Amino acid sequence: MATKELVRMENVWVYNDGIPVLEDINLSIESKDFLGIIGPNGGGKTTLLKVILGLIKPNRGRVTVLGMPPERGRKYIGYISQFNLFDHDFPISVLEVVLMGRYNKSGLFHRYREEDREAAITALKTVDMLGYKDRQVGRLSGGEQQRVFIARALVTNPRLLLLDEPTASIDPNMQAEFYELLDRLKEDMAIVLVSHDISAVSIYVSEIACLNHQLFYHGSKEVSAEELEKAYHCPIQLIAHGTVPHRVLREH
Amino acid sequence: MLDALQYQFMQNALLAGLLAAIACGIVGVYVVVKKIVFISGGIAHASFGGIGLGYLLGINPVLGAMAFTIASSLGIGLVTRRTRLPEDTAIGILWAMGMALGIIFIGLAPGYAPDLFSYLFGNILTVPFFDLMLMLILDVVIIVLVALLYKEFLYLSFDEEFSTVSGVPTESLYLLLLCLVALTVVVLIRVVGIILVIALLTIPAALARQFTYSLKKMMLLAISAGVVFTFSGLWISYVLNLASGATIILVSGTVLFLSFGINKLRRRTRGDSHTASTA
Repeated sequence: MATKELVRMENVWVYNDGIPVLEDINLSIESKDFLGIIGPNGGGKTTLLKVILGLIKPNRGRVTVLGMPPERGRKYIGYISQFNLFDHDFPISVLEVVLMGRYNKSGLFHRYREEDREAAITALKTVDMLGYKDRQVGRLSGGEQQRVFIARALVTNPRLLLLDEPTASIDPNMQAEFYELLDRLKEDMAIVLVSHDISAVSIYVSEIACLNHQLFYHGSKEVSAEELEKAYHCPIQLIAHGTVPHRVLREH
Repeated sequence: MLDALQYQFMQNALLAGLLAAIACGIVGVYVVVKKIVFISGGIAHASFGGIGLGYLLGINPVLGAMAFTIASSLGIGLVTRRTRLPEDTAIGILWAMGMALGIIFIGLAPGYAPDLFSYLFGNILTVPFFDLMLMLILDVVIIVLVALLYKEFLYLSFDEEFSTVSGVPTESLYLLLLCLVALTVVVLIRVVGIILVIALLTIPAALARQFTYSLKKMMLLAISAGVVFTFSGLWISYVLNLASGATIILVSGTVLFLSFGINKLRRRTRGDSHTASTA
């Protein structure tokens, strides 16, 4: 099947208080991509995702999602933010959270129909969380919450899934399970995952880009030590906890 | 107490308490879960400017407060969303400026303001018929809006960013929510007064939150709690001859703290039995 360009960013600049957060970003995401974007905290990873989603307007440059402006194209994107930031006492059930994703299809004043409910149930089945649908979301474990938020992103059958630091608040032993889930999902949609954790990302994704205000991207997983150093501005051995990173990357 | 019920003023007081409980039960839940308590406090205090405006223009001060409070909540909402002024700074400024305007307006108004104190601290026993009708209308407006926009307000409160991405008009809804807070403040002014409003907006909702994780049930519980608080506060103030607004607040606060204590004890005993069974 021919690939289709989902996201195109051309010469995108974003400033915050006059300081550039993103500098001259050029990026193309296609329908079969599984892209990992790594980079230090404060390097602009979340900003990049928010630009794609139209939550942040770039000061310069052009962004399109499926050929449309991000505000219109984002209904084809499933977004999973750094979800551990929400209020864990919030009175909302798992099913209600997943139905949020269907808002696009129902809209202002409208009630959800049976097909919305069915889509939510299917998404919960995909992430293996159907048994929890009436539980309060804040009372679940980190890994379970994350699967609920993935279900919320999946419920519209998106063309592209954006994940922001997905492994930040789940146990290491849950991470393998999480990446296996992504491995299944990548058959049906493009996935972009940002993280500061190089080793976790590199094992599963097909391409890696490094982001530290500028984007270093070569369309493959082969990232040289020099490029990583350029992105991180410090010796990479420190970041990869003693492992030599390019060896880790080449193994797969 | 029962023979007191045959008096018109007592029947009006109970009706006022019921209408106040409905408004603060529904809107208070959003104030608590969306954590907009401070901004609501600012809106409540700024409404004093509207009371003063009412005196100055020679209209019902509650009507003055309604117009002024809606305008100030839209103003504060836009300022915090669209400018770089930190939200709590903006709230502090609005809070004090609204009250300052109120004082200036009342000073400029001819004569003197005999029932000023009741706007500040409430007097449930002297709510005029017109104000009761206004409270009823505002309650209906609040119920209809929340019924129509239930899921939108839920999403806005839970996860504003994702809501925006899903196409929820978050900024307009946030401004509307602040307007609902403004209307609730107007409903509550006669009952507990501007200064004590924030307690009735938060205490019933905070109490309800301990017993349910459904927003709808939380609203129903908060309304029930509000009814119990206003009625029992009214009764105690009647029997002991105390200020009604302040008594209602103290009754509410005391019950809330007791419930926290009981909940903590319950959780501790449950936790103990759990560790015992797994050991």
